[in-house]
Amino acid sequence: MPNAVKHVLFILVPLIAVFAVLPGLYQNHLLLFNFVTFLILAQGVNIIYGFTGYLPFGYVGFFGAGAYGFAVLVMHYQSPALVAVLAAGLVGVLLGLLLTPLLRLSGAYFAIANLAASLAVLHLVANPALEGITKGPYGVSLTGTFNPSHAYYAALVVLTLTVGGVVFLKNSSFGLALQAVREDSVSASMAGVNVVKMRIAAWLASALVAGLAGGIYAWYVSVFYPDNVFSGEFSIFAIVFALFGGVATISGPIIGVLILYGVYNLIGFTTPQYFQLIYGLLIMGLVLFLPAGLVSLATRRGWHVP
Amino acid sequence: MSPDTKPILSVHKLVKRFGGFVALDGLSFHAAPGEVLGLVGPNGSGKTTAINVISGLYAPDGGEVAFDGASIGGVASHKLVHRGINRTFQVPKPFMSLTVRENVRVALAYGHIGGAPPALDALLDEYRLASVADRPAADLNSAQQKMLDLVRALATRPRLLLLDELAAGLNPAELDWIAERIKQLAAGGMSIIVVEHLMGFIEHITDRVIVLNAGREIFEGKLAAAVKEPQVIEVFLGGEHAA
Repeated sequence: MPNAVKHVLFILVPLIAVFAVLPGLYQNHLLLFNFVTFLILAQGVNIIYGFTGYLPFGYVGFFGAGAYGFAVLVMHYQSPALVAVLAAGLVGVLLGLLLTPLLRLSGAYFAIANLAASLAVLHLVANPALEGITKGPYGVSLTGTFNPSHAYYAALVVLTLTVGGVVFLKNSSFGLALQAVREDSVSASMAGVNVVKMRIAAWLASALVAGLAGGIYAWYVSVFYPDNVFSGEFSIFAIVFALFGGVATISGPIIGVLILYGVYNLIGFTTPQYFQLIYGLLIMGLVLFLPAGLVSLATRRGWHVP
Repeated sequence: MSPDTKPILSVHKLVKRFGGFVALDGLSFHAAPGEVLGLVGPNGSGKTTAINVISGLYAPDGGEVAFDGASIGGVASHKLVHRGINRTFQVPKPFMSLTVRENVRVALAYGHIGGAPPALDALLDEYRLASVADRPAADLNSAQQKMLDLVRALATRPRLLLLDELAAGLNPAELDWIAERIKQLAAGGMSIIVVEHLMGFIEHITDRVIVLNAGREIFEGKLAAAVKEPQVIEVFLGGEHAA
């Protein structure tokens, strides 16, 4: 059986199946939706960071832009929700295109520039002068499209496509070439790889994923303010979850979200002080002892982790 | 091994500056198919810069580089790879976290257009990498990393191969072995340019050498003749030996 088929059968199918039946068994649907959203965002970070080495500290910029793309289409054009979600993905891609010059930077410089770019988009959207278009800082209310269960299943579709995309990257020479670019861009070009094109492709793919997730988030919550959908927590959580599990794998970001977001929901609200202590210690331990994520416990022993 | 008369590469009055420093100052030479050409010269004479310009890492600031009769100055590296130019690096640059096999697979998938790709396992076997094929490149020793650089280059079926200090750090047995491999590649019609400090190795494998000093050529011909040339002696050993 080819590896790609195994990865689909043993990772993607069970993951989607579990999240498809859980709403019938568990009452807190918002929590399930948030899990799916973070699974999507963590895999989006995986695509750009795991496979190309660019750390997107302003990843939420695509998410928030997607949410507002959805809102503008629904408010001004009365679009059906699905059309508006697709438009949200397109907004993410367009913002990604606009930001492609950032890919000239590397390491911390890229991370900081990307963070600044996401803040710039936030302040553009939240500008009172744009009240006629985005409702500025006063927030939007999209009661016409409100349908959490449809939004939840739309999120599952996007999660399927995203994890499917990562399965493709993990099993194709395209994904291998992306990793080659991450390791050494000069050598990659001497292997015949068009470095600029590859980086842009991965960048736009991860922007698309976050834009779609943002659109579906807007659909699900239907009432939100710029500070909600541009909250830096989305970037930080998605990055930490992906790194905790281990990037450049399919399962790493999934494991990271299930464990860390699970811990967050078990103790994050009831005893926030312990939560912050435990989170801090977990992240410190990770950076010190497992910089390549939980999956490196296995890869160190020579076991292959998909 | 009779070098073809028509050059595959011709470099004409090539200039490359880094700020105020002129690394290449009107360098001219050519290379023919089936020929092993040595580039020698003291440190800083422009050997590696010449290779970097020919392989597309730097755009030239003046002069011309022509491959197959077409000007290639400033063309992106991956396009030059597709046209048939490849190289190794002085400090080997494999994709460290990928396995040896994956390293070569990238070049096989992206490195050439048309024609059957070379067989991966045969290549690894030929360059003594078969036993480490599934290990990450970071685990290899420096000689093995150099061979991996070379195999990655060969996987793209180059017609012009630039070897930047491939022999440095190899032991005598490995040197003899790699010299034979290089000669065989040239016998198959490949044009090979070798940058090297080991003169014994250069003498053994090259048909011709270009001696560089301060970014331009000061001698062209057999290495045996070069060492009798006063200007070459002056550059390598200092003025008092030249008389």
